[in-house]
Amino acid sequence: VEAGFVTGEIAVLGVGMHPWGKWGRPFVEYGVAAAQDALSDAGVGWRDIGFIAGGETIRNGYAGFVAGATFAQALGWTGVPVATAYAACAAGATAIDIARARILAGLCDVALVVGADTTPKGFLAPTWASDESDPDYRRFRLLGATNPTYFALYARRRMALYGATEEDFALVKVKNAKHGLNNPNARYKKEYTVADVLESPMVSDPLRLLQICATSDGGAAVVLSSMDYAKSRGVADPVRVAAVSTVTPTYPNTVIEMPNFATDSAATVAPPELTYRDAIAAAAYDQAGIGPDDLDVAEVYDLSSALELDWYENIGLCKEGEAEKLIRDGDTQIGGRIPVNPSGGLACFGEAVPAQAIAQVCELVWQLRGEAEGRQVEGATVGLSINQGLFGHGSSVIVKK
Amino acid sequence: MAPPMSGDTRIPAIDGWFTDDALLGTRCGACGATFFPPERTFCRNPACASTDLADVELSKRGKVWSFSVNHYAAPPPYVGKEPFEPYTVVAVELSQEQMVVLGQLAAGVDPAGLKIGDEVEIAIEPLFTDDDGTHVAWKWRPVS
Repeated sequence: VEAGFVTGEIAVLGVGMHPWGKWGRPFVEYGVAAAQDALSDAGVGWRDIGFIAGGETIRNGYAGFVAGATFAQALGWTGVPVATAYAACAAGATAIDIARARILAGLCDVALVVGADTTPKGFLAPTWASDESDPDYRRFRLLGATNPTYFALYARRRMALYGATEEDFALVKVKNAKHGLNNPNARYKKEYTVADVLESPMVSDPLRLLQICATSDGGAAVVLSSMDYAKSRGVADPVRVAAVSTVTPTYPNTVIEMPNFATDSAATVAPPELTYRDAIAAAAYDQAGIGPDDLDVAEVYDLSSALELDWYENIGLCKEGEAEKLIRDGDTQIGGRIPVNPSGGLACFGEAVPAQAIAQVCELVWQLRGEAEGRQVEGATVGLSINQGLFGHGSSVIVKK
Repeated sequence: MAPPMSGDTRIPAIDGWFTDDALLGTRCGACGATFFPPERTFCRNPACASTDLADVELSKRGKVWSFSVNHYAAPPPYVGKEPFEPYTVVAVELSQEQMVVLGQLAAGVDPAGLKIGDEVEIAIEPLFTDDDGTHVAWKWRPVS
């Protein structure tokens, strides 16, 4: 989509989730439970669905059984057309984008998007089948660079450049833990103090255990439709998807990113005006024809508590280097100027990779409908989710009421 | 004469990424772009479609961009010390190449003394040892 071109909107007719946890059951169960929730919320029957998109992961056998079809089979074959997206943490947004494109192109009226995961304990690791040509394999083999290693590089950089402290990072966890206390779908419902966070074991210095998101089981689903279809179902004022950004980086990408060994060189070509994460948000704002000042609520990917501060700047809630002030002043808590992660974020959910970007959208829809009981951002009408998938997958969705 | 003891052989932990004393990148003969890890097939500059990529040694010194001390062992295929010892991953800014390159901190260096902006230089050091010998890789050592 060209900058400045406002895309057509689609309706979110229904949302649903299977609670996050460490249930240890087949991921298909979570996906089907979430799908049935979303269909029931939408008042749409499975046999009326004109397209199914699945978010897939590298785990769970034959790459998450190539998810879209597995969910369709579990719900009962109907002959519905299918697509499956694998974009690491961005898989859910990519699946939503595919469904949106089908609807905007007039190829279907109503679509179901599902993502679910069952995760192993501990660090996410490359698959054993990989060989030395896999960059994900190489970074573990040659560096021992886990995901938190990369988050820690950014965190230490914030400390050196902007004077961020361990307490600032802890405040993010404290805020999100409080937000998630009443969220029925959250895995961790426990309040923490700054001291609790700072006493938790050091994992990747300067990040401690309670500042790094866990891996979780969970499932999320949305039912999307054309605006006309929504109207035909008597839904006059649905929450609408105004933007989906799935942009890749622009060369030279000068921020070191998981699972890379190096940045691009900026010696011969000047770096782009926006960093990659800034560009993910900018593309979403462009599509929706709005800016950061229009936001009422945001769900950002707090893979680490420190990374949430980076996102504040990337989505334009403040200038670079000012995110610490936002968290210290309470601006991003519910009741503050711009609440971030009212769901509790990854701090309360952990990550169920192919479901997570869909779960972000579910939360925003509940917020915009005024149905986020116990964590409601009053009067929210515009929300943004943002996230970044391994290997260069942008993921941002803007919803409006 | 007895055969050499296992572990005496020095094996690059990955082929073609470093020499005895430098990281090996590639440079595009058409646009001059530099790549690490070495990109030997296609130039990744979107304005250039060249396949003329030649090996080039990268700067041996750079400045610490950031670093992280890992207090838990990474999962396989990482091979750590037994018993486990914390290890540090350093991101180093190379000024001539204008790029940031990761590497482990050299053995025996206390990360407590490390700061962003410190000058470091490359060292080819043991990464792990197995029945085939000692696998070596590039690491970063502070310039004293």
